[in-house]
Amino acid sequence: MTREQVRKAVLDIISDIAPDEDLSTIKDDENLRDQFDLDSMDFLDIVMELRKRFNLEVPEKDYQELVSMASSVAYLFPRLKDYELVS
Amino acid sequence: MAKDWLKGIKSAYDTIVIGSGLAGLTAANKLAKLGHKVLILEHHYNMGGLATWFKRKGGHILDISLHGFPTGMIKTCRKYWTQEIADSIVRLKNIRFDNPQFSFWTNFDKNDFTRLMCEQFGVVKETIDDFFKTVRAMNFYDDLSMTTRDLFEKFFPGRTDVHRMLMEPITYANGSTLDDPAITYGIVFANFMDKGVFTFKGGTNELIKKMKKELLKNGVDIRTHCMVDRVVVDDKKTVRGVEVQGRMIPSTTVLSNSNLLSTIHKLTGDEHFTPEFLAEVKKVRLNDSSCQVYIGLKRGEKIDNVGDLLFTSQENEFSSESLLEPETTSRTFSFYYPETRPGSKMYSIVASTNARFKDWAHLTRQEYENKKSQLIERTLDALEKYVPDVRKKIGHLEASTPQTFKRYTTHPGGASFGTKFEGLAISKDLPKQIGGLFHAGSVGIIMSGWLGAANYGVIVANEVDKLLHSMRETKPELETASV
Repeated sequence: MTREQVRKAVLDIISDIAPDEDLSTIKDDENLRDQFDLDSMDFLDIVMELRKRFNLEVPEKDYQELVSMASSVAYLFPRLKDYELVS
Repeated sequence: MAKDWLKGIKSAYDTIVIGSGLAGLTAANKLAKLGHKVLILEHHYNMGGLATWFKRKGGHILDISLHGFPTGMIKTCRKYWTQEIADSIVRLKNIRFDNPQFSFWTNFDKNDFTRLMCEQFGVVKETIDDFFKTVRAMNFYDDLSMTTRDLFEKFFPGRTDVHRMLMEPITYANGSTLDDPAITYGIVFANFMDKGVFTFKGGTNELIKKMKKELLKNGVDIRTHCMVDRVVVDDKKTVRGVEVQGRMIPSTTVLSNSNLLSTIHKLTGDEHFTPEFLAEVKKVRLNDSSCQVYIGLKRGEKIDNVGDLLFTSQENEFSSESLLEPETTSRTFSFYYPETRPGSKMYSIVASTNARFKDWAHLTRQEYENKKSQLIERTLDALEKYVPDVRKKIGHLEASTPQTFKRYTTHPGGASFGTKFEGLAISKDLPKQIGGLFHAGSVGIIMSGWLGAANYGVIVANEVDKLLHSMRETKPELETASV
């Protein structure tokens, strides 16, 4: 996956979890919780979806890496770069 | 021959869920949606655990625990159940307090509590805002030494009236007291007394019916009337399955939605745990139980709207202990008008008090029945203040006690609010003791109530999924033990 694909994957997951949020306004460097109505259960959902969709385990100690879009991509890209998306 | 309630089950499962409270049901649904083979075993004929109801002749339907839950339940139902279930959640706007210190109606949100604290109690707005900000910011990892009493004294010193308004609803909701850690109060309060209180249109029976439909759609096998005898653990301290009705059902993981202490002592057995762990288990305090009086009005009888939820008491001040006395005057009335169940014309009222099991144990049959009658009479006396002549309108009347709660939930001591705070760590550590054994249910005060239980089900489902996923990776063709 490319960086852009990783970013889109995270965005897709968030839009599934929080369908009422307008994600087009997202600022990658800002805290997700400050921009959208997301709580700790939503972050748990992101972790479960990453496992389901990309076979990726985010250990509890790394949950903080998902705080913003930029930090999520920085954390996830090295772990997903070898993952081949089925086209 | 007796009916085979297990008929048609698969030869093995990824997860067997013992018990079908909201934590068990929500975990089962999430795991099934993640692609796992799930079986729910429930000893009762109904699912729902304490999220339950019963029907009586004359068309009466009585809800046990549908008193009101926080707004978060809407999101939880949408994410882990269905949009349809989430859409059935409606707000209750008429919440009432009536006691010697104050009497008013509230819509139970932050703005209204702020208004009441200013107008009724003369507290300055800055203090109230500061209080709300402090409790909202509290989280699980904060200091545990501060009690709720300390918290109240810090913001509202000596103001027992304010303490009462802030504490009473929470005590009824989860059995917590002024002596429990302030963070348990903060976490629950921030959810509960902030954006109002909500209920499920259609009643508990409709909710569970919809949940059952969704579970079946997602491939979950459900078997009621099945009391699990034990969790089978091998000599490598790993779960193998469960034994039920003389049969061993193999399963890679077991998620117990039974009471935490029953899960450890009764279902699994102390011999499988380390002495250090058991020493910690010994410190876990069960929460208290409840008494309820169920009042169904005769068909055709009506009452005015006297509120949806009424916290009433004749005690001069709030005290966690006096609330538990068998003769307490502190109780919650939940009023169910026909709107609760669209299409129905029936009214029902459920009175709830917190109670201790020991006050209802060791009685002769006659003493027990007498005590129950007295409970009913006292409740009706209290109700007449709000609904004059209610006695003449009653078509069905009965009561439950901690003994009843014990019988239907199998919880030790009839515990109706799970465990105190320390139970949460034990519940979470269970898989470290026995591979594949998980617990989800009412624990630690914060994982209690409808929302707490459902969310804890998801939190534990994540752990189960993590384990099942890792096992698949290491052993692609995981063998299942044969029967």
